[in-house]
Amino acid sequence: MKPEILWHLLEITIIIALLIPIAATLVWVERRMIGIWQDRHGPNRVGPFGILQSLADLLKILGKEDWIPPFSDRLVFTIAPVIGAVCVLMSFAVIPFTPDIGVSNLNIGLLFFLAMASLSVYSVVLAGWASNSKYAMLGGMRAAAQTVSYEVFMGLSVMGVVLLTGTFNLREIVLAQTDGWLIQSQFIGFFVFLIAGIAESHRLPFDLPEAETELTAGFHTEYSGLKFALFFLGEYLSVTLISAMSVVLFFGGWLMPAPLDTWLPPLVWFILKILFFVFFFILLRTSLPRPRFDQLLAFGWKIMLPVALVNLLLTAALRLGGIL
Amino acid sequence: MLSQIRTMWLVLKHTFTKADTVQYPEQKPYLAPRYRGRIVLTRDPDGEERCVGCNLCAVACPVDCIALQQTIDDDGRKRAEFFRINFSRCILCGFCEEACPTYAIQLTPDIELAEYDRKNLVYEKEHLLINGTGKYHDYNFYHHSGIKVANKGKGEAEQERPPIDIKGLMP
Repeated sequence: MKPEILWHLLEITIIIALLIPIAATLVWVERRMIGIWQDRHGPNRVGPFGILQSLADLLKILGKEDWIPPFSDRLVFTIAPVIGAVCVLMSFAVIPFTPDIGVSNLNIGLLFFLAMASLSVYSVVLAGWASNSKYAMLGGMRAAAQTVSYEVFMGLSVMGVVLLTGTFNLREIVLAQTDGWLIQSQFIGFFVFLIAGIAESHRLPFDLPEAETELTAGFHTEYSGLKFALFFLGEYLSVTLISAMSVVLFFGGWLMPAPLDTWLPPLVWFILKILFFVFFFILLRTSLPRPRFDQLLAFGWKIMLPVALVNLLLTAALRLGGIL
Repeated sequence: MLSQIRTMWLVLKHTFTKADTVQYPEQKPYLAPRYRGRIVLTRDPDGEERCVGCNLCAVACPVDCIALQQTIDDDGRKRAEFFRINFSRCILCGFCEEACPTYAIQLTPDIELAEYDRKNLVYEKEHLLINGTGKYHDYNFYHHSGIKVANKGKGEAEQERPPIDIKGLMP
């Protein structure tokens, strides 16, 4: 094999080997932060500050019986969680972490991300369908409707970015923000993208496919053990993914804020920005109630879609007029 | 939409609020002196058992966790032959304390009643008796009750009056 391919394989291995523990640590971060915001401590017993809590949880979940319900469709039931985790992990291939780190410099990176986000619907829908139980079915149906309607304007919201930078390549999008982050001109697009991203990753307040207060656990009601862990991993990875995409598209990726010159290495800036969004996601989870399902869809089609369209038209008009 | 943002802001402000949690095994919560925990049997100021084995606590107990048997000593004092509380049943309601006419049975602020073996939660009289008066330091049942015991006749104690001559006419 050529040394380049070996280097790429090594890079992929390192990124995956780092991402999965990060997703696990994120569970702990989330529980600690929710605890703090609810005037509690959160898990603080296992290891320093309780940071090994996720490890303990992981060991426990590995020891659980990996039960496949006899009434389920075995094959589909088994591959559904894998699809979810794989789709999210694939999306990380196009994320430019720093000028040097990043698995693929794909010229349609943004489209690839959108495609993977769409594909991950299959995970949830198939899980709900194959479980062959009412709660899982309802969760799967909700996930299908929610994800399909929200990815419409998720795609539209990032078109403003594409208009301004003239490329689908995420690395070039970051480089195009050297003079100023795109949040300055695309803040409407950013909010639409963020809301769509929350809905895509099934996070509260848009966690209707899971909705533990109404649907037990929604689409993964019947899952246990390692398969459940895969769903969990997928959810937290997609939180990281949406944060990373928001940073890349609107907040200048690894670029540092203008007044602070080369102060920290690019990777640190990237991680700091991602952490900001991760904390925002956790704050959303602690503070906001879950909307009703019809409210969610009405909000998507009647408000967010027109807003995304108006944003796109305005950006195009200003671009044509030579203002942006 | 504005109210949602306000909610998020209010939650965010809690970053700087101190946690209400009492981290239990290291940090104990304050329990009031009259907190209802483990049950004890107290003694009167003279060091004698207060319990007269009247069974009122066993009757009052909603979960029937108290078992006892009364016996009369040679000096005329009544006491419990055995006294058994099953703490695996006890709900620490305090009804026994309210029912007790001699202030013998009392609840203490000790709530740490965990055992590995359920049998260890059955407390006999020697486990329940303490060498103190509990919450009522000066009370001695036999100084108030007008009952005749070995060293004192009817009506001879501090707050007793001599018995009324029920056959006389005087008020």
